[in-house]
Amino acid sequence: MSFSKEFIKGIWRENPVFILVLGMCPVLAVTTSAANGLGMGLAATFVLLCSNMVISVIRSIVPDRVRIPVFIVVIASFVTVVDLVMSGYFRSLHHSLGLFIPLIVVNCIILGRAEAFASKNSIFLSIADGLGMGAGFTLALVILGGIRELFGNGSIFSYQLLGSGYEPILVMILPPGAFLTLGILTGVFAAIEKK
Amino acid sequence: MKEILRLTVVLTCVCMVAGFALSYVNAATKEARAYQDRLELLGALNMVLPEHDNEADKDTVDISGTTYYLAKKEGEIVGVAFKTSTEKGYSGLIEVIVGVDVSGQIHAIGILSQKETPGLGSKIDEDWFKDQYKGKTLEGANWAVKKDGGDFEQISGATISPRAVTSAIKDGLTSYEQNKAQILGGSDVVQ
Repeated sequence: MSFSKEFIKGIWRENPVFILVLGMCPVLAVTTSAANGLGMGLAATFVLLCSNMVISVIRSIVPDRVRIPVFIVVIASFVTVVDLVMSGYFRSLHHSLGLFIPLIVVNCIILGRAEAFASKNSIFLSIADGLGMGAGFTLALVILGGIRELFGNGSIFSYQLLGSGYEPILVMILPPGAFLTLGILTGVFAAIEKK
Repeated sequence: MKEILRLTVVLTCVCMVAGFALSYVNAATKEARAYQDRLELLGALNMVLPEHDNEADKDTVDISGTTYYLAKKEGEIVGVAFKTSTEKGYSGLIEVIVGVDVSGQIHAIGILSQKETPGLGSKIDEDWFKDQYKGKTLEGANWAVKKDGGDFEQISGATISPRAVTSAIKDGLTSYEQNKAQILGGSDVVQ
């Protein structure tokens, strides 16, 4: 068990989106552009990292029977911090992510890592796990958002790439585009994994 | 008994710490959030009001739930802005801000928030659409989209959104005209 091993695991072998298929609600809903995907990914990574750290530190004093309420309180507090700070300093991102920031509380990746990893491992490994899972989640959201933005709007991170003559495939930034792209990417991941 | 006590103490402590931490963050970011709110409002007001030299977000008249923002130049009222909204859009609330000059002629409109279908209904936020309301008055226009026999362009593939915007502006203008005397009469008069 080493730091780098726990970190890499979240990006590839146990990628929360493409392999574990967790937290699908924000994945499908906010990835209409690469920037939205990045914002959501970083917000979730921050919450994941902080909650993993705190839960790992207090794991020995929290009785088993109240561990879930304690985890939820810790996670919800960090989500509220993200919400308040983003509303004060990154207003336009806050607008485009909207309701999905408070909904990080119920993102099962975060409670899942708290329960499955942070409550059983040292703070050092929990940090690696949080960073890795967060990076995997962010990467997945950026790839998904980038592909959808490219085909649905002709741009990536608002840089126009396909020229003005390009007729956007609107369906890609509408909900069906999220399902199509996610399905194809999950398939690609599975195919590579099999080899 | 001892077990229950332990559970209670731990959970209470965790919640207390979380509560204190959050109240601290709330206080620390309060100013930044208020500043962003004001920037947003000022941006919208400057977009729809004629040139003015007062702080229009602070010069307001409240009448039956609507806030009217007064734009003044050298002490004279040159325009009024107000928000109006409708639930008649294709998905959820559409919020519109309307700026008029003293005669009741629309100076400009802006879309504050909308969740219409991207690429179709969301075109209500494009300039060519918003510009067609410029110069219109409540009496001097037929407040409906062309498809319904009115004066305003619809968007192909999305008639519902322009229809909703048009009716929201009409409603806003109607209440403005009804309360005009009170709004222009003085900023201290509150119903």
